[in-house]
Order: sequence, then C-alpha cells, then structure tokens
Amino acid sequence: MALPKYTEPHYRVWHYFYLFICGCVFFFLIAPLFVIFPLSFNAEEFLVFSEGMKRLDPDAFSLRWYKDMIYGTKNPWGLAAKNSFIIALFATLGSVILGTVAALGLSSRHMPYKGIIMAALISPMIVPLIISGVAIFFFMAKVGLAATHTGIVLAHIILGTPFVVITVTATLSGFDHSVTRAASSLGSDPVNTFMKITLPLILPGVISGGLFAFVTSFDEVVVVLFLAGLDNTTIPIQMWTGLREQLSPTILAVATCLIVLSTLILVTAELLRRRSERIRGINR
Amino acid sequence: MSSETQKILTTDGIPLEVSLKKAEKKNKIKAFLLVCPLLLFLIITYVFPIGDMLYRSVDDRMVTNMLPKTYKAMEQWDGKDLPEEEVFEAFYLDYKKLVEEKTFGKLATQLNFEKNGFKSILKKLKRKMKKFEEGNYKEQIMGVHKRWANVEYWRALKRRAPSYTYAKYLKGIDMYENEDGNIVQVPEDRRIHKILWLRTLEVALFVTIFCFLMAYPIAHLLATLPMKYSNLLMICVLLPFWTSLLVRTASWMILLQQQGIVNDFFVMIGLVSDDNRPEMMYNKTGTYVAMTQILLPFMVLPLYSVMKTISPSLMRAGKSLGGTPFVAFWKVYFPLTIPGIGAGCLLVFILAIGYYITPALVGGASGTLISNQIAFHMKSTLDWSFASAMGLMLLAGVLAIYWVYNKLVGVDNIKLG
Repeated sequence: MALPKYTEPHYRVWHYFYLFICGCVFFFLIAPLFVIFPLSFNAEEFLVFSEGMKRLDPDAFSLRWYKDMIYGTKNPWGLAAKNSFIIALFATLGSVILGTVAALGLSSRHMPYKGIIMAALISPMIVPLIISGVAIFFFMAKVGLAATHTGIVLAHIILGTPFVVITVTATLSGFDHSVTRAASSLGSDPVNTFMKITLPLILPGVISGGLFAFVTSFDEVVVVLFLAGLDNTTIPIQMWTGLREQLSPTILAVATCLIVLSTLILVTAELLRRRSERIRGINR
Repeated sequence: MSSETQKILTTDGIPLEVSLKKAEKKNKIKAFLLVCPLLLFLIITYVFPIGDMLYRSVDDRMVTNMLPKTYKAMEQWDGKDLPEEEVFEAFYLDYKKLVEEKTFGKLATQLNFEKNGFKSILKKLKRKMKKFEEGNYKEQIMGVHKRWANVEYWRALKRRAPSYTYAKYLKGIDMYENEDGNIVQVPEDRRIHKILWLRTLEVALFVTIFCFLMAYPIAHLLATLPMKYSNLLMICVLLPFWTSLLVRTASWMILLQQQGIVNDFFVMIGLVSDDNRPEMMYNKTGTYVAMTQILLPFMVLPLYSVMKTISPSLMRAGKSLGGTPFVAFWKVYFPLTIPGIGAGCLLVFILAIGYYITPALVGGASGTLISNQIAFHMKSTLDWSFASAMGLMLLAGVLAIYWVYNKLVGVDNIKLG
C-alpha cells in the first residue's frame, strides 16, 4: 500500500505509525506459537532458553522429549493419541452427516421458522462450554454413557454440528437450485440428484465444515474432563493435566506436533475455500 | 378475480391454487424432515439435559424424602411452641429408619446447612436412641440434648420442608433467606460470588475492548492490501485460530513465567531489575493477555468480512469532497464498519464470559472466572445443584446477548475463516 507522492508529511508519519501498530498486532498473534518450537528441542529439563541454546550450541538441542513422547515409560500419549483420533473421526462423521442434511433443509426456501431453528442449531457453539459440559455429563450419566467412547463421541457431535451447519449453509447460499430441478425433470430421484449433482458442488463446504468439527473434537477438553474415565483419556486431557501439574518439555514436543497438524488443516481448509469460491463463481 | 372467469385447473381437474398450496406444503414438510434428525438429536442430548439442570437447581426433595412421616405430622404445627408428641414420634421413626439404612449422615449435613449445631445433636441422638423405650418420645428426645428442646431447631427443620427451593440461586448472588423468611445479603466478608460475577463481566468487557482496538487496524490492513500480501498475513490470523487452545495457553505460560522471555525482555530494556521480576502469570494480567490473543481472530474475521465489502472509492470520494483523511474515515468508513464491530464484539464477549480453560491455567486465584467456580462445585464440593444454578444464571446472560446478536447480525451471517 504505497503512499502517493503528494502525501503530506504528517499523514506519512501517521501511515507508518499505523503500519507499525499492525506489525505489532500480527507479531502478538503469531509469535507465541513460535516459542514452542525451539524449546521443544531443549536438551535440558527447564522451560527456558539455556545459555547453550542462545549460543546455538548443537549440544544444547536434542530430540529427547520427542523420544520421551513416543517411547517414554508409562507414557500416556500413545493411548491418548489413539483415543483422540478415534473419537474425532467418529464425531466428525456424525456431525457432517447430521449437519449437512440439516443444512439442506435450512437452505430450502420453504423451510418454516428458519431463523429460530437456525439459532437453536447453532446454540451449542454459543453456550459456554462449561454449561454444555455439565448438562451433557448429567445426561450421559443418566443413560449410562459416562466414561465411554460413545458418550464422548455423542458429546462432540453436539459441539461439532454447528460448524458444519454454518459452512454448508454458506456454501448452499450461492447454490444454483435450477441444476437440481433440471436433474429431477430429467427423471433423477432425490437421492441420486443429491449424490450426483448437489454433493459434488457443495463438497468443499462439507469438507471444511468437517475439518472444523474434527478440530473442535480433537481440541475439546472441557466436556471431556467431565465425561472421560481413565480409559478415555485424550491428548487435550493429558495436556491439561500436564499444564496443571508438572510442565514438562514433553508437552512442548506434543504441542509442536499439534501446531504442525493445525498448519496442515489450515492449508487444506484454505485450499478448499478457494476451490469452493471458484466452483460457485465467486471471484474476489 | 371476477366470478365469471373460470378457475384455472390443473390436468387433474383440481384448481391450480389448491394444487400449488399442496405442493408448497409438501415442500415445507420435506425441508422440515431434513432438519428433523439433528433437531431431535439436539433436543434429546442437549436441550433436555439443560432442562434437567434447571430441575436439579431447584430440586430439594432430599430431606423431604428422608423424613416423610415427620413432615406429614408437622403440617398441623404452627411453629410457635415446641411441636406435639406425634411430631417427635414421627421424627424418631424416620430417623431410626435412616440409621438402619446408614444414610443419616446426609441428613445431618443437609440440616447443618440450615442451622449450625444440628449435626452434633443428631449424632448424639443416634447414640442414645438404642436405649429408647416405647412411648413418650418427646421427653426422651429432649432428654438427649437441650437443643432438642429449643424450638429454633424444629423451625429450621420445618423450613427445609418445601420440595423446591430457589436457595441455590440466592446463594449464587450472595444472598440467603434468613430465619424470619427475609432475603438478605450474606456478611460482607463472605460475598465471594458477587466478586466473581463482577470480575467475569470486567474481564469479558476489557478483553472485548482490547480485541477491538487490536483487530480494527489489522482487519483494515487485510481488507485494503492487495490479495497476494493479504493472503499471507491472513495466515497469521488463521493459524492461531486453528491451533489448539491448550497449545496457545501453554505458549503463554512459557512466555509469561518469571524467568520467561517477556520478563527477560523487560530486564534487557531496563524496565524492571533482574531480581525484581514481576509476576505476570497466575493473576489477572495473565488472563487478560492470553485471552486477548486467543480471542483476537474472532474479532478480526467478522470485521474483515465487512470491510472487504466497502468500496475504496467511497474514501476517495470523501477526500475529494474536501474531507481530510481523518474526517473521511470517521464520517464515511467507520459508520460502514459498525455491523462488523457489533458482530465481532458480541461474539468475543459471549466467548469470553464463559471462558474456562485459560483462566484456570494462567489465572491463579485472582484471575479465575465464574466458569471456574462452576467446575469447582461440580468436581470438588459435588454441590451439583449449586453448580447447575450458577450455570443457568450464566446461561441466561449469554442467551440474552445471543438474542441481541441474532437480532443485530443474524446467526446465518456468522462467518468462519
């Protein structure tokens, strides 16, 4: 954003000040994530940069915390990772199916009470997690699903569907309904029309909603804290316990892996968003 | 339509109007059926449990169920003088049953909440009861301890009679119903919940303000920069948004610790001395800093999506008509961004008011919020009905803001990423 030549000096100063402020805010947003990388390679047990690290001495760096994460004795991360992935996968599947179907109904112009139903379906995203946690815990305890994978999966479906509903209805808002009418007039039944025409067109939105649901489940700790037993421990639970009790560099190794994972998800989500905009002919 | 013109008929001979209405209705049902599975799922697993919370928060039948005969006998008692023999007898029978079932401890705890000193006289009664003879229970019970002859204790027992209570809600705002039935505040030094509510509001408000002040310039920059630069900078906003909340909190715990990088930096530039490093974590400062950074993307994204739609020619027009850049900004650009400001602020405020994880980890004792208190009562004191009452009070507040948000912004306008 170059300034025109005729800009008066005090606006020039103001403009650079504005850019400086923006730089600071971006730094504030992104920099904290990058402290974790170097410290996870620390050879020592402390969570501060050692003298050796400041001198970039190769001996000050090591992979010992990564080894501890994978091979450490009595380490909970293997089980936690397995549980997290299983729960997140099933929760994503459930959220995507329920959310997409609901979004199809909501986007229909015949839908009665659209506003109020939409508001109700989005509410798990708005209601504070602690309240959702308490309520879901009471329910799961009553039906005997507390401390089971099924209970946690159901809870995460509740929390994940709003994201799918939002992304899929957004995708459907630019959807040309004449193509489905064309399909029906050519003799296709509704299911076939959905699978062959609608789904391929809204797929980017569905997948990005699914990614949101996956991340929500994978990162969710408040509700799981109420629901999980010893066998249902997840990565967030282990991180939570670790951060509260003994802050060990192993947590930083796990955190680094999670940042890498979220970067991958971000890249996927961005590519999908652009593809979706291209398909729907929205050019920005 | 005049009566002479024939009604338009479909091929089946049904008037078109009727046929159309029928089709419309069919479509309505079809759309509703699609929404049904999710709606039913949420009603069963989510809405109904929240209703259950409401029930738990007012349900107070525990004592009533433990002393059924006593409360029946007490119906006749006016509460002025000591109750009659039959009340004593009923109480003896109820209590004997509880002792046999070994559940009298719960009763003692509950009654002790109502009036101090109940626990010890119930324990004493339990010991002496074995030697009781049949008949004249009033004398025998009053002989166990002099407090059994004190009408105050029987009044306290009667006060516990109603099956439903709003006492937990009163407790949540540091009030209680005293012996005369008036609602009064608890003593000044025990008003902990009021402090927590005010602190939660204060933190949510300031975090919203900080987020707004920081998000506005960068959202503007992102919206006005050419695509290739803004896409790159957008990653700075989206990466934290996608990163685990616990990871981000962990990074703040490392940064803000006493030997941490922020303190190192302060020492380096000479702001503080090395042996006098300030405590930046486990207090409100930690909560503010970490929550602001974590919630910032939720402010940037709605602002950005609104600013993106504002044509740059509007600012140019404002300037060409004689406004200085500041006037043009204030009179033209800023009013157009107000929908985005409203959306972002309400969203951040709603999220901040119910925050749990970050205050619990970096907040210490002075930086915890109402959510942490709810979790404390769920996990430590096991006073679930109080946790439910507090949760519902918080929920009422959040839903009120959500309603405003829905009116102003519309939930279907929430944008993600």
